[in-house]
Amino acid sequence: MPKVILKLEHDISTDDIYPGRYMATVLPSETPQFAFADRTDFNASLRAKAFPPGSIIVGGENFGCGSSREQACSTLKGHDLAVVAKSISRIFLQNSINLGLKVVLCPDLEAVEGDELEFTTDQVLNRSTGRAFPQVRLPAARQGIMDAGGLIPYTRRRLQARPR
Amino acid sequence: MGMTVAEKILARAAGLPSVQAGDVVEPAVDLAMSHENAALVINQFQEVFEGTGLEAKVWDPSRIAIIFDHRVPAESPKTATNQKKIRDFVAANGIAKFHDIRGDVGGICHQILPEYGYVRPGFVVVGTDSHTTSHGALGAFSFGIGATEMASAWALGIAVNIEVPATIKVVVSGAFPPMVGAKDLVLHLIGLLTAQGANFKVLEFHGETIRAMSTSGRIALCNMSVEAGATSGIVPGDDETVRYLREEAGVTEPIPTVQPDPDAVYVRTLEIDVSALGPQIACPHTVDNVKGVAAVAGTKVHQIVIGSCTNGRLDDLAAAADIIRGKKVAQGTRMLVFPASGRIFAQALDKGYLHDFMKAGAVVMNSGCGPCLGVHEGALGDGETALSTTNRNFKGRMGNPKSEVYLCSPSVAAASAITGVITDPRA
Repeated sequence: MPKVILKLEHDISTDDIYPGRYMATVLPSETPQFAFADRTDFNASLRAKAFPPGSIIVGGENFGCGSSREQACSTLKGHDLAVVAKSISRIFLQNSINLGLKVVLCPDLEAVEGDELEFTTDQVLNRSTGRAFPQVRLPAARQGIMDAGGLIPYTRRRLQARPR
Repeated sequence: MGMTVAEKILARAAGLPSVQAGDVVEPAVDLAMSHENAALVINQFQEVFEGTGLEAKVWDPSRIAIIFDHRVPAESPKTATNQKKIRDFVAANGIAKFHDIRGDVGGICHQILPEYGYVRPGFVVVGTDSHTTSHGALGAFSFGIGATEMASAWALGIAVNIEVPATIKVVVSGAFPPMVGAKDLVLHLIGLLTAQGANFKVLEFHGETIRAMSTSGRIALCNMSVEAGATSGIVPGDDETVRYLREEAGVTEPIPTVQPDPDAVYVRTLEIDVSALGPQIACPHTVDNVKGVAAVAGTKVHQIVIGSCTNGRLDDLAAAADIIRGKKVAQGTRMLVFPASGRIFAQALDKGYLHDFMKAGAVVMNSGCGPCLGVHEGALGDGETALSTTNRNFKGRMGNPKSEVYLCSPSVAAASAITGVITDPRA
């Protein structure tokens, strides 16, 4: 069962998730080393692969606010992390869906580091406290991209479906 | 049912008679802008075409703009190599709206697009930069996207699966008091809305204060709309929009504008009277932590920053120069000035503003994003405080999580440079 490995406050910016000074590094294969680089202990644990795939970051309101830098999503995706937040900033949410980073909207979630969470289709179950919290559905407009496994395969399919 | 400006633009671009908030549309893209992160866009774009047997060609090179601004001149071999890769792609694809690292036609993307007439009222503009909201100042629907979404737009020429956002109407009345302007208004507005108060929504600006505001001020207003989470900020096009595009951008074609219907539906209406507004300041570490300058006056400042896509235009530099002319930057404080474009740099040179700054002890830097996002130059030391006319004060924004950034207008920044502490310019 995946655990909460980092519990964060409101308004976590993309500068926090992926500091600007690493923006020259763009490739999804190279960005994971700089995830939360200014949170040096957490970054070191990530790079040491201390957390199993599917481990969870819990955010507050407005997670991922700020820059459109996609590195902020690819850096988390590269560590196979999931993000659960009360609300997520528009561009970060879209980038997450586009890249296939697991994101869950759960406005009432109560969880602390170490808690085990399970995601059902419409709830987040905190197995450590026995409590259940409703999810807010991701934008229906983006379902096609999620179903395709991300925006690259989705766009590729759309291109191929066009009359030549 | 009546439509807002955003709804009208999206309906036209999607080829529909009407749309309303919540509809899902696929608007044709009129302009697609990127900066150095085009390096990632190119990577994703080529991946889209992998295995398709199709040639990886952009849908319309005349609708793509690429401007180098984030790290100019390059701070590292890695950036220089990315820039080289982008130049090769630009040449191979015949992208003419390309602004390289140059003192004449270079500058910050959000200044270059208006300055060269690339954006028109009614356009759908996408940009791989969150401050792409800036271009709503010219009556466009303009929003920030990630690199993969841009790769998709380059391939398809549309923005896929866009949910039409609801609109908040902001009506502004009153004349600004001396030393108060567009930057103070937008900081005040962000304080009212909070950092996520307009998430997934559009801010549409109306009222006598907006009508009387220059395009430069409108760009500052729309630029920072994203700091309240807005998808786009929009000032409906008017006489000033047409004047700017004709006189400053040299546009000769007809310039139709898009106005909201009288019965357009808004999710919320906010009325602001600026006639008693004082200078505002956003305190660390969120942009919505807004106070009157008096609340933090006297705070020691190590670095003053004047410039950026928010406040690096000629009127911003004039306001600062008028305050600092003949004075000196305080000992123990450094002042950095970076005009928003090469054209503005030259104008400020001709008018003597840059000389005023240099004589006062400021360092005048080349046009570009400069110290704003902490990637290139002007980083802060541990425990240092910056006062900046830029748009973000997140922890670590200027390259050091152990520093603090306050945001303000050029007038507040210039007055504070002289004293070395946060200072009300009216004092």
